[in-house]
Amino acid sequence: MFERSHVLICSGSNCISRGSKSLRNEFEEHLSNLGIREEIKLVNTGCVGLCEQGPFVIVYPEGVFYAQVKNKDIKTICEEHLYKGRIVEKLVFDEALSDKKEVKAFDEIKFYSKQTRVALRNCGLINPDDIEEYIAKEGYHGLGKVLTTMTPQEVIDEMLKSGLRGRGGGGFPTGRKWDFALKNESDQKYVICNADEGDPGAFMDRALLEGDPHSILEGLMIAGYAIGADKGYIYVRIEYPTAIEKLKTAISQATNLGLLGKNIFDTGFNFDIELRLGAGAFVCGEETALIASIEGGRGMSRNKPPFPAAKGLWGKPTIINNVETLANIPAILHMGADWFARIGVEGNRGTKVFSLGGNIKNAGLVEVPLGTTLREVVYEIGGGIPGNRALKAVQTGGPSGGAIPEHLMDLPIEYETLVQAGSMMGSGGMVVIDENNCMVDICRFYLDFTCEESCGKCTPCREGTKKMLEMLEIISSGEGTLEDIDRLEELAKMVKNSSLCGLGQAAPNPILSMLEHFRPEFESHVVEKVCPGGVCKPLIKLVVTDTCIGCTKCATNCPVDCIEGSLKEMHKIDTSKCIKCGVCKNICPVEAIVSV
Amino acid sequence: MGNKFEIAEDKKQELLKEIKRYKKTPGPLMPILHEAQRIFGCIPVEVQKIVSLETGVSIAEINGVVTFYSSFTLSPKGEHIVGVCLGTPCYVRGSQTILDAVKSELGVNVDETTEDGFFTLEAIRCIGTCGMAPVMSIDENVYGEINVTKAQKLIREARSK
Repeated sequence: MFERSHVLICSGSNCISRGSKSLRNEFEEHLSNLGIREEIKLVNTGCVGLCEQGPFVIVYPEGVFYAQVKNKDIKTICEEHLYKGRIVEKLVFDEALSDKKEVKAFDEIKFYSKQTRVALRNCGLINPDDIEEYIAKEGYHGLGKVLTTMTPQEVIDEMLKSGLRGRGGGGFPTGRKWDFALKNESDQKYVICNADEGDPGAFMDRALLEGDPHSILEGLMIAGYAIGADKGYIYVRIEYPTAIEKLKTAISQATNLGLLGKNIFDTGFNFDIELRLGAGAFVCGEETALIASIEGGRGMSRNKPPFPAAKGLWGKPTIINNVETLANIPAILHMGADWFARIGVEGNRGTKVFSLGGNIKNAGLVEVPLGTTLREVVYEIGGGIPGNRALKAVQTGGPSGGAIPEHLMDLPIEYETLVQAGSMMGSGGMVVIDENNCMVDICRFYLDFTCEESCGKCTPCREGTKKMLEMLEIISSGEGTLEDIDRLEELAKMVKNSSLCGLGQAAPNPILSMLEHFRPEFESHVVEKVCPGGVCKPLIKLVVTDTCIGCTKCATNCPVDCIEGSLKEMHKIDTSKCIKCGVCKNICPVEAIVSV
Repeated sequence: MGNKFEIAEDKKQELLKEIKRYKKTPGPLMPILHEAQRIFGCIPVEVQKIVSLETGVSIAEINGVVTFYSSFTLSPKGEHIVGVCLGTPCYVRGSQTILDAVKSELGVNVDETTEDGFFTLEAIRCIGTCGMAPVMSIDENVYGEINVTKAQKLIREARSK
């Protein structure tokens, strides 16, 4: 039946954690009470992107963008908006209302106006559990066109023309990878979707898998047709149970409609997709390690060449594409390479999805045309740093990337420019670092991660990451010397040049880039024994200054009861018991507590 | 290696059924081990022996795979899992201090279980809720904008439930 309003409820991981799961029940109840349940369609969507302001409810056809919605607000939205047709202004996201209190369209909101959503085109708009909604948004049209009107070579030519490059971080042209695999004759070939998102600060792939799983299946099928494979694997992290569930639903729906299986679109093309679960190993994001894991072994990488496109899974030609790469493919084939190539800049076509996090106002999921500057992402989309603190750097590429300092914020986001600045595109983690963070500490954090995740096969990575971590621990504790910094740099270069696979080769990147841009910060840890960010615990002490008004807030909230003082009297911290957790500093209404 | 792990007959049968299901697919070891972890809550040597006998893969190789991946464990986890996010966005908003405080609150290190078997502490890596960093979780529930005092309170509440 005709439904006069569609109510979209964001069910991305962030909104779920903020309580969006129960919103649907509230809607069901209040709409039924008003007798208008049949007139309204409720849709649970994937991530809308502006996670900081969730949970979201978006009401169409008006496109009203309600933010930070709570259970108790649903009654009002139902009675006022859906029953009487009056928008509940006080619940609308601030930036979605004009000065005259008129509701702005979705893409006029500042957070979205700079974005171009290609990979995320359906995220937050459709119900990922309903294949019909995907098809209504031109889903599987690209596959249909490919299977019925194009040869594999024509598909590859179209991909080459589009200029799409691998979104997993390396940036290798997707069409060229496919071309290698097509030209390698074999009785059996495979395509694999790498959904083992490993950057510990990135959730783009998760959002795509949960918000638009069919686009991944369609992308994988197109890849399969192009290289001559009839079997696809999706290697997905076990840590993403919702994504696994959505993929299973999507596979079974596509199979039921004959979009997966035998003789698809009556063209004689057969294709099956199997899910394989990762088991918590970062190195399995590396192609050859991922293959080893599917084959049933320890996820250890091997020498390349031979590249997987020649000798991959079970020795057969295999291509491995990342989730975001695959999500772009149906759109490219449906809309055409020329359309795609109009987005972005020469050599860097299309868009890139980032999960913007850290010390930023609008943390969330953003997708921008390549060539957009870092400053635009941080300030215009991200809304800048909370508390007007100064930006220190933007970290991209996760544990394999580097930090780009404030003075380079006008760099356009392109594969090559980021590498020149000492970082890399990476899979899409973008962490904003401000003056209250310490670069030595962040380096130590990353090395702690890579050291733990090193597979142990080659010596430079296995031993080198451990040694570099030890050296960083010495520096951050204030016990290091200037020579330690030089030795750290020397070792970092050695590990970079001599490790077997991408994990080891890139593990020193955070150190090298931060030494390049923030060397004085390392030096002040060993020379003046000062941590400028006020983070490294052996070097800091929290004290109460005389601006204290004696409100007792710090003392009541201290987890170890180490603050003494009576009401309206200056308080004092017992530094021998203090764990330097900063709760007092953050809670103080007059900023009387400082780290020295 | 501690006490011998007791294998309940019904669980053993369930595992045998899963092994039979996967045995013929190419690369069966990982899916079988995922099932074993789900059924027993861990994959100790006693369970590895069953897998080895049924698949013909040597126990040394199986043990190598089990110990390589962090989702497979040799001993069972606690009744409840406390996770503190150590993803970068949470880390730059101070989650290390929270993890340290939770460690001392529970008296265990990361990946260890409290003596009463009630809590296992895990350092988790990005669960996609960076908009409310720093976050911690107790089982399926995620809590955002955490500080040390809030974390302690949540754990004490969970224990008293």
